[in-house]
Amino acid sequence: MSEILDYLPLLLEGAWLTLQITAGAAVLGLVCAFASGLAAVSGSRTARAVSMVYVEFFRGTSALVQLFWLFFALPLVGIRFEPIAAGIVALGLNIGSYGSEVVRGAIKAIPKTQYEATVALNMSAYRRMRSVILPQAVVSMLPPFGNLLIELLKGTSLVSIISISDLTFSAQILRSGGSDTLTVFLVVLVMYFLMAYALTLGMRALERRGAASIGRGKIPIQRDVAKLPEPV
Amino acid sequence: MIWDWAYTWDILPELLRGLVVTVQATLVGSVVALVLGLVLALLRRSRLAVIRIVTGGFVEFVRSTPLLVQLYFLFFVLPSLGITLSGFQAGVIGLGVHYATYTSEVYRAGIEGVPRGQWEAATALNLPSSRVWRSVILPQAIPRVLPALGNYVIAMFKETPLLSAITVLEMLAAAKGIGNQTFRYLEPLTLVGLLFLLVSLPASFTVRRLERRFGH
Repeated sequence: MSEILDYLPLLLEGAWLTLQITAGAAVLGLVCAFASGLAAVSGSRTARAVSMVYVEFFRGTSALVQLFWLFFALPLVGIRFEPIAAGIVALGLNIGSYGSEVVRGAIKAIPKTQYEATVALNMSAYRRMRSVILPQAVVSMLPPFGNLLIELLKGTSLVSIISISDLTFSAQILRSGGSDTLTVFLVVLVMYFLMAYALTLGMRALERRGAASIGRGKIPIQRDVAKLPEPV
Repeated sequence: MIWDWAYTWDILPELLRGLVVTVQATLVGSVVALVLGLVLALLRRSRLAVIRIVTGGFVEFVRSTPLLVQLYFLFFVLPSLGITLSGFQAGVIGLGVHYATYTSEVYRAGIEGVPRGQWEAATALNLPSSRVWRSVILPQAIPRVLPALGNYVIAMFKETPLLSAITVLEMLAAAKGIGNQTFRYLEPLTLVGLLFLLVSLPASFTVRRLERRFGH
């Protein structure tokens, strides 16, 4: 038991880096997802083609291959990434390609009548997206985004293979250092599970708020009404 | 000239041998995932609450932890408990169990999609429970979820490079080995990417056609 306390600091440091890489890649992935997803539903044929190539390429190959390619192959043509940057860029571009499909699907699922209404109101294309389509679409993107975030958290373990000292890498160090591997790996698995669980809870809260914001689901006011003092 | 064609042709056979291992791992892993997934889905409907809870907890835990750590666990930790697996064995078990937790959800959705009337009819006919599953529920549930299962098989295929971390000489490990010898990573790694596309694009195209066929 005392041994756990010895190696816990190293594991916590690793977990912190894991969370940082997850956050960095999530932001990059979100930007890519929206850029590519909006391009996929745009009127421009070129934009649609670029988006399709991006999505098919990153979804069609393996995340680890993409990471290796960024880290080992690109330096040969003169582009060099720091290991952590390579990790964030590879994971962000990868998860962004899955996110792009989520964005596209959610926008396509908005009923046609909503588009017709914006045309009737003579809204500009920008205004239509910004004020009518996206506020509704984003709410239905949240649950699949939550799943992707967990996939991303799990995917960050790949960066340990290019020697970034994330949680998985810390476990490997302890293993080669001769620690009790069974306990180390059980602790590491539980730490990943807890991080994933925390992210899931956060996303659920976001989903509830999102649903309430466009009048779906429970309206928070109801709870306040129930708490009103009894009439005298 | 950045790209060396002669070198490309030289290393192609070795990469293709790696591709064979990749495909083998995917196939064996898929069998594990498809069978175990169904078992897990059925256990989650067990009449015993203990079995439902334990299975549910197992599925949640495996789904939210990284496959790479699970592979390390199978390959590096199990020997200390007296179970020694080869890299390939650990790899296909890891892939299979990890994806079984995903396919179990797919099966579950398929089973829940079978209309209640089918269950009632089976009860009315006094069919034994094994017969209900075998002849009424599963034949209706499984065809509907084939495309979703297909997507997970493709996802598994793309995860096989992780097996290189536990000494399996699949395609990525082969490319890395070539790169380490020649200090040229560009060609082998790019080829690996292209070979992945070459397999996974037609595969996902087929799955999309399946989806249309089953009307989803």
